[in-house]
Amino acid sequence: MSLTIAVPRGTLFAATLDRLDALGIDTAEVRANDRKLLFADAGVVTVRPSDVPTYVEAGAADLGITGKDVLMEQSERDVYELLDLGFGHCRMVLATLAGPDPAAEALRRLGTMRIATKYPRIAARYFERTGRQAEIVEVKGSVELAPLTGLSEGIVDLTASGVTLEQNGLVVREEIAACTARLIANPVAHKLKAAEVDRVVERLRGG
Amino acid sequence: MHRIPSGTRDVLPDEMRELRAILDAVRGVFEAGGYGEIATPALEYESVIARGGGGASRPAYRLFDEQGNVLVLRSDMTIPIARVVATRYAHAEPPLRFWYAAAAYRGVRPQRGQPRELLQAGIELVGAPGAAGTAEALTILCQALDATGLRGYRVGVGDAGLYRGLLDRHGVPEDARVPLLHELVTRDFAGVERELARLSIDAAAAEALLRTPQVRGGPEVLGEPGAEELAGLHALLPPAVAERVIYDLGLVRDLGYYTGAVFEVYDPALGRPLGGGGRYDDLLGRFGRALPAVGFALGVESLHLALTGEERG
Repeated sequence: MSLTIAVPRGTLFAATLDRLDALGIDTAEVRANDRKLLFADAGVVTVRPSDVPTYVEAGAADLGITGKDVLMEQSERDVYELLDLGFGHCRMVLATLAGPDPAAEALRRLGTMRIATKYPRIAARYFERTGRQAEIVEVKGSVELAPLTGLSEGIVDLTASGVTLEQNGLVVREEIAACTARLIANPVAHKLKAAEVDRVVERLRGG
Repeated sequence: MHRIPSGTRDVLPDEMRELRAILDAVRGVFEAGGYGEIATPALEYESVIARGGGGASRPAYRLFDEQGNVLVLRSDMTIPIARVVATRYAHAEPPLRFWYAAAAYRGVRPQRGQPRELLQAGIELVGAPGAAGTAEALTILCQALDATGLRGYRVGVGDAGLYRGLLDRHGVPEDARVPLLHELVTRDFAGVERELARLSIDAAAAEALLRTPQVRGGPEVLGEPGAEELAGLHALLPPAVAERVIYDLGLVRDLGYYTGAVFEVYDPALGRPLGGGGRYDDLLGRFGRALPAVGFALGVESLHLALTGEERG
């Protein structure tokens, strides 16, 4: 039985393909082809990182690779998280404009702060856990714009280098979580294709 | 359009005929095994059902009757049958054998295609302790699936007490177990690895606590420390059942009442389990008649999906 692996297009793409090469999967066709999505010979489907858990949970892919940020945001997905792959290091942070912290001031004077994010569930859980009231504003892209335009006092977002935050005059106030790429499995494939799944886990752990 | 709630559905004659064929097939097996059909009300008092404990067995729908009592829609049949045994069979000689085909009601997460109302068919075997009772339930399970015509299925069998036993054996302190068990129940082995690294236990113990719950396979895995109960069960299984079983030392189910062997049914044509069950030796005691018990429920709609999936190949 061969495995189908859901591979995330985007920042984790190149490092993921390098790991698949090490497994002996021929990724040349995947690398050469920007538009194609299904690579039946290699057993690879390429999807958005946030869609990886969807494909894996439904069993449309047996295994998947995606960021911990995606798994935290979709924590109700019924998938097995098998391995921390150790690449794609990022931090989930709370950031606000440099200078006196506008979010802290809003919280003190208005009782709540407005937080823009692509990760509404991670943000809501974090403020709940730390005992603060926050109004979560969900945006789909360019979160850094929100505090600059007055849409929100702060943002919760993923940052690797911090350069984008800095260029927009934002500073990290709190770190919520450290995120890396993870290997996930469909619960049924984890049982019915146990030997194949374990072989992938062992090789990825070694590499 | 007159809508119906998400997660509910109308069943029209073409589909109903196919569901009915599945129900007829499993009923034949259950009746032949000496199980008697039982029906209980869809509505129960919340205070009664709450004795069943937490997890996914907690009811999702509550309403009030004319006197202000809180009623719930049952989330499975196991707890209502435990109530029936304690009240209507308070002095009956065990073992007691029941089967049912009934709707259960669950909460859903939006946009996930989860059912609010699902049709379950299953059995409860009450007063048949230990491996012998579990072996009978697994045998009926496989016979029922065979009777429906499902071909590729496997049954994952684990032990709800296995991991706690390992934690005892390796002397993991009580307060360190909560985060560890949380990672295990949410099936995050990267998280298990991280939590183990925080503990001051020796490397061999940490390795065992990480590796054992990921061990699954045929009878060859039953030599693992902690798998003694499952090895005892294996010895009692008829060959036709044993060849369907995948022993899974990390199998956990999210119903609160399981105590020993637990099982899940998998088919290559479906990405999620199509049924499951296990031993619940403490549940009946909570209703006042302490009897060991074991049972399973098959999701009839899931089974139907798997059958049509196998047909398509």
